[in-house]
Amino acid sequence: MYRIVEKKTLSETVKLMKIEAPYIARNAKAGQFVMLRIDEKGERIPLTIADSDRENGLVTIIFMEIGKTTKELGTLKVGDNILNFVGPLGKPSEIERYGRVACIGGGVGIAPLYPIIKALKQVGNHVTSILGARNKSLLILEEEINNWSDELYIATDDGSKGLKGFVSDVLQKLIDEGKTFDIAWVVGPVIMMKVVANLTRKYNIKTVVSLNPIMVDGTGMCGSCRVSVGGKTMFACVDGPEFDGHLVDYDNLMQRNNRFIEEERESCKLAGVL
Amino acid sequence: MAVRKTKYEMPEQDPRERIKNFDEVPYGYDADTAIKEAQRCLQCKDKPCVLGCPVGIDIPRFIAAIKEGDFDKAIKIIKEKSNLPAVCGRVCPYEEQCEGNCRLKKIGEPVGIGRLERFVADYEREKGITIPSKPKPIDKKVVVIGAGPAGLTCAGDLVKMGYDVTIFEALHAPGGVLMYGIPEFRLPKEIVKAEVDYITKLGVKIIYDVVVGKTIPMEEILEEYDAVFIGTGAGLPRFLGIEGENLNGVYSANEFLTRVNLMKAYLFTEYDTPVKIGRIVATFGAGNVAMDCARTALRLGAKKSYIIYRRTEKEMPAREEEIEHAKEEGVEFKLLTNPIRFIGDERGNLKAVECIRMKLGEPDESGRRRPIPIEGSEFKIDIDTALIAIGQSPNPLIPQVMKDLKLGRKGNIEIDEMGRTNIPGIFAGGDIATGAATVILAMGAGKKAAKAIHEYLSN
Repeated sequence: MYRIVEKKTLSETVKLMKIEAPYIARNAKAGQFVMLRIDEKGERIPLTIADSDRENGLVTIIFMEIGKTTKELGTLKVGDNILNFVGPLGKPSEIERYGRVACIGGGVGIAPLYPIIKALKQVGNHVTSILGARNKSLLILEEEINNWSDELYIATDDGSKGLKGFVSDVLQKLIDEGKTFDIAWVVGPVIMMKVVANLTRKYNIKTVVSLNPIMVDGTGMCGSCRVSVGGKTMFACVDGPEFDGHLVDYDNLMQRNNRFIEEERESCKLAGVL
Repeated sequence: MAVRKTKYEMPEQDPRERIKNFDEVPYGYDADTAIKEAQRCLQCKDKPCVLGCPVGIDIPRFIAAIKEGDFDKAIKIIKEKSNLPAVCGRVCPYEEQCEGNCRLKKIGEPVGIGRLERFVADYEREKGITIPSKPKPIDKKVVVIGAGPAGLTCAGDLVKMGYDVTIFEALHAPGGVLMYGIPEFRLPKEIVKAEVDYITKLGVKIIYDVVVGKTIPMEEILEEYDAVFIGTGAGLPRFLGIEGENLNGVYSANEFLTRVNLMKAYLFTEYDTPVKIGRIVATFGAGNVAMDCARTALRLGAKKSYIIYRRTEKEMPAREEEIEHAKEEGVEFKLLTNPIRFIGDERGNLKAVECIRMKLGEPDESGRRRPIPIEGSEFKIDIDTALIAIGQSPNPLIPQVMKDLKLGRKGNIEIDEMGRTNIPGIFAGGDIATGAATVILAMGAGKKAAKAIHEYLSN
């Protein structure tokens, strides 16, 4: 059992929780994830680790209430327990001193990007963060990310904050202004990662994306999370979750993420959380 | 009195009924039938059956106890060697092991040793399992990685000797393949839980949600424990490597079975994990796992369930009993057929598989005749779901975090006949060492390693 010790509402649909999980907190590195199962009848879902506090043995998760499990998770209170919480899984981000790094996050994908930004900054990179959201109220972790970034840009679909448009528009603008990047990290909706990767390909900027396909065990046992990378089948849980953004077959990933969309709807409806 | 030539029948659920539920297929013997079957045993002095048992159960002795009606004594004799009798009495390939060596085979069928083991194990479980008294503790700590058949057996044997034993399990439930792989109708999960419960009552601690090497670094494990047993199994699914394999509707056998068995997707929406089955399901491969997939598909409502296999029935690796059960239930076998590519619709959903007919040529290195494609014989089969059951490879997680561990050609951990790896104090066994094999062989390996660990820690 893993106790929830803190809960915060970051936006209408995005919540933050700190979970007591000392082993994971001690060993987690940027880019890794956990698998959780709320109760005996629950599904196992992956969530990227947004932060970890070694001293107090706490792991921060940030999630969008989008399916049955995340909606149910959102109803839990401080002091409640999660039945299973296992990690840190996946390969950590390859944190090095690259030089000038663009860190691009969209929606709830900003959460897993945060520890990566922090780690990149700590080893001395120049970090340019570009965050995107549908509107101002859905933008998360702006302040935290600002603390670890040399430059911060924001884009919203409706223009309620920062540039009106997409994160790719901001990146294009920065490139047009003559800014250069040695590497880019992109985490967010699949379509956003696809668009940004297409852009960085044009300018030959090495690009890392973090994928979040459907998983069951999260330890390389089932292949539910397989993705096609450079024509080769990889398991996001053990070979990833980060991959070369220029090699991922995003269309296949989008299709695979829709595998159980009807079942998810039915499940939510029955639980009265739709 | 002449010995009856055939085994006493074990009643089973009617195939037409059982494909609508996940209840266990055979009902097991009652006491009378068990005693009658036990009377068939010739009590051979040289015990050929025992030689066929990977864990060395004293079979004639436990059968003699059944014959006398002393079921408590019978289970005690089995438990001298096996910690998981109700499991073994269901999933062991007895026909190749103990029963394969039975002298009665000269005149007819062997003694139903598997059925008798199952009977006494069930008898004890229903009555309430007795826990033997604790041995004198030995002040040494052993860690077992993975709570599958190998790990549970090794842990059980060591704790009976008095060691302090902890198992780390990555999943949220014990049993490994017994829980995620073998379906409920072949091995009810309550039975697995009861047998694991016995092992924990012996004193073994099982800690879930720990992926050794990730949750706890290997160095910390090596520092804290005096010996390590690695029993992490063959969890890495193999794929066919053909076009369209990432279409929606193509599952590895592991994903499909884990969803259904471990996560109980057959009870969706009571349980949250879904599985999609469609109308027509094709399983590729012909081992026990393939039979499990094809039979599970029927129970989930598939109208047709095919086994597609590139050789003939003779070469199928599955147990005869499993093939028979599958046939009875209406699984259709498309033999000498090999898939070439999967075909999807515009939304990425599987809709057909293109296959090619095969013929058998000369024997290959496995001794089985090599299948050869017949040019120009390509044809399509409409399917909604494909289940890939062509085998699993050893789990790479531990080798990845223990770089100096010596590996075999297939990524398996190399061990000697006692389960010792190249590193002193580190032992391994089961599918991680052999590649995918049977539950009982894994148990046998766990048993040998327990002995070797005891020897190592005694010096």
